[in-house]
Amino acid sequence: MAERNEAPVLEVRGIVKVFGGVTALDGVSMSLLPGRVHCLAGENGSGKSTLIKIISGVDTPDAGEILIDGEAMSGMTPARALRAGIQVIYQDFSLFPNLTVAENIVLPAAIASRKKLFNRARSRPGAQRIVDELGLTLDLDADVEKLSVADRQLTAICRALVQDARILFMDEPTTALTHSEVARLFGLVRKLQERGVAIVFVSHKLDEVLEVSHDITVLRSGQLVASGDAREYSVQSLTVAMTGRDVDTTRLVNDLGKRGAPLLEVSRLDLPGAFTDISFDLAPGEILGITGLLGSGRGEIVEALFGLLKPESGTVTVNGAALRPGSIRSSISAGIGYVPEDRLTQGLFLEKSIADNIIAGSLDSHARGKVVLSQKRIAETISTLFTRLRIKAPSVAAPVRSLSGGNAQRVVLAKWLATKPKILILNGPTVGVDVGSKNEILTILRDAAREGMGVIMISDDVPELVSICNRVLIVRRGSLVAEFDSEQIEAQRIQEVMAA
Amino acid sequence: MTLAQRMKTLAPRLVGANNEGVLAIIIVVLIIVMSLLSPSFFTVHTLFSIVRSALVPSILAIAVLLVIISGGIDVSFAAIAIFAAYTTVHLAQQGQFDPGIIGILLFACAIGAVLGFVNGAVIARFRLPTLIVTLATQGIFRGILLVYIGSRYIAQLPDSMAGLSTANLIAIDSSRSYLPLLVVPVAVIVLIVAWMLRRTMFGRGIYAIGGDTEAARRAGFPVVRFQIILYMMVGAIAAIGGLIHVILNRNANPQDIVGTELDVIAAVVLGGASIFGGRGSVLGTVLGVVLVQLINNSLLLMGVPTAWQRAAVGLLLVVGVGIQALSARRASRRTFVLDTVEA
Repeated sequence: MAERNEAPVLEVRGIVKVFGGVTALDGVSMSLLPGRVHCLAGENGSGKSTLIKIISGVDTPDAGEILIDGEAMSGMTPARALRAGIQVIYQDFSLFPNLTVAENIVLPAAIASRKKLFNRARSRPGAQRIVDELGLTLDLDADVEKLSVADRQLTAICRALVQDARILFMDEPTTALTHSEVARLFGLVRKLQERGVAIVFVSHKLDEVLEVSHDITVLRSGQLVASGDAREYSVQSLTVAMTGRDVDTTRLVNDLGKRGAPLLEVSRLDLPGAFTDISFDLAPGEILGITGLLGSGRGEIVEALFGLLKPESGTVTVNGAALRPGSIRSSISAGIGYVPEDRLTQGLFLEKSIADNIIAGSLDSHARGKVVLSQKRIAETISTLFTRLRIKAPSVAAPVRSLSGGNAQRVVLAKWLATKPKILILNGPTVGVDVGSKNEILTILRDAAREGMGVIMISDDVPELVSICNRVLIVRRGSLVAEFDSEQIEAQRIQEVMAA
Repeated sequence: MTLAQRMKTLAPRLVGANNEGVLAIIIVVLIIVMSLLSPSFFTVHTLFSIVRSALVPSILAIAVLLVIISGGIDVSFAAIAIFAAYTTVHLAQQGQFDPGIIGILLFACAIGAVLGFVNGAVIARFRLPTLIVTLATQGIFRGILLVYIGSRYIAQLPDSMAGLSTANLIAIDSSRSYLPLLVVPVAVIVLIVAWMLRRTMFGRGIYAIGGDTEAARRAGFPVVRFQIILYMMVGAIAAIGGLIHVILNRNANPQDIVGTELDVIAAVVLGGASIFGGRGSVLGTVLGVVLVQLINNSLLLMGVPTAWQRAAVGLLLVVGVGIQALSARRASRRTFVLDTVEA
């Protein structure tokens, strides 16, 4: 292992970054030592990805400095960062879907060395070498868009390693990998570390993090809350540092009473390549959690319920009436509402006012007669929801772009509550939301469910599921592999089944 | 490699990455059908006249191809082409001086590059939609040309250009079939661009930007610089297209070329370039141009009114884009295939 007192290869000091009124990073400092694995931990939206983007020159910080080998770098650009030996494996991989695996692997290295010409045939051996070195099987001539998620991830890893990285950031590198692939990746991480590469590892799987890391930096809501030697942390204490509270496993769940007829029934839903044989039901007033790893098919299942995807076979019935498969209109008229995963791009008109956004989904039901809208009823709905959901904004006329993540998410919720859905499906409702807002959102959902609405919630956040759900379903590789009902829900077990 | 394996890789290679093989087959079928229908079709005369009519569209299509690969669309290329060519001829005529064909070429290319720079700077700096920007600049360039430079038709070209108008590479006097010498520069430009796209970092960068602009930025491509250079290059190539048009027509008319955008863009899209960016080849584009010219020529030969030619090309464009949309949807259905590698 490298000496502890070695000079840091990269240091950041007092980094501040503000996005449209929201402080993403607030004076964060971190230093990386060669040959050590540094864990950057934090919840979704805590600023980890922003910090990585700043260090790699993709975003410019509003304040603070970046030092490489003790030398301050001003005006960092992606090309300069690459030349300084900073490599990032992004969460979204940042690959070129239209180019081959081989090209994806070698192109960035070619840019970094300021090459002017490119020869596809001659660059292939370089790509082959790194693939062999890592003991992988990848079709170098396939277009990246035709690869599975796992293969894309491997391509991204190869691409980072083909250049002589001195500092390697891995943003959630294991989400789409199987156990044996993760083990191989860790073997590789150790090999790189022996070569003196400083590695930053970002992962939600805390046990993994603790297995490979030497040092730890924890961010919470853009602030540095803890840093130190990894040996001083356990999964428990790391979670406390990340969330700022004890693992909230106190359950506050609505009592369902006696089970009557189900509100929603899903029977043998099948879509080859996405999910197989999915059957479950949902009672009025029930909050059902669905969880699983990224790419497990959990998102596709609810997209099929809402009609965004058309299942090949199987039926969905609401109050006994079957939905037309793959028809959004049919799902909406049956009373299903869907809050998508990426609320900023899919669910909101960012430049429009809060009021317009709240009412956007339910104009039909505010019509007087058939054609003319009733301004009075619209105003009533808007002001009721605005106050009930405690959206923090100067007025309902403020544009949604000016809101923080938590408040924007509340506007999305308000939009759907305005449609008075019978069933509300939420995909990652608290992603990127701070802890306080998160609890309020959960309270809103609990209240809505108490009035008889059925809620389906997809989430990565296991403590959150534990605290609100009546039942939790676990999806793995497109199948429902486990169901935990009220008595069995426990964070530890859910995590075990998910990652198995 | 075993024979079976070789057969397996042969089939997709014949079809081509952008369906060039399919396009070639369609062209061959069309030629056979036309030859059966009309005995005057299958002659050297028809071949040469199609090649001649394809020269300017080929050059313009190559320019448009570059923009489409980078994920944009350019509708100002026709305005740039005639702007550069007409201005050059106009100045040479007014100054009563002939800088020679090289001088004329350089001057026209410089004008084209400047106009392209306007497009590129606005698009890259402000990240605006390329269609709207080039639609706007098309109007501006055309307006400036007609108001400030001239709206008169110039019948007398400088001698160096006029000389090229009548120069033939192959002349068969018996059947009055002539292949203009200008085939050579067109072929050279097509080959240079094909080489650039395959073998230079700039060329691969254009594909990368078209595939995923943000990923290109992260990978270290100087995206803004590449885009500006790209649009300047497109302007210069369009200018050459304008010059060739003027030389072939033996006059300079500021109203020309603008209006042929549909034929050119249709050819590029039919040639397999993806309107979503990131895909397209020079070979496919040239085949697309040939197909469009072949259809125009065939309709003419069959006595179909010219107005129908535009409808036919429009229809072809819809078919081409429709095929792309279908295959894109099929591809996206394939991509959420789960990781089935067992641990």
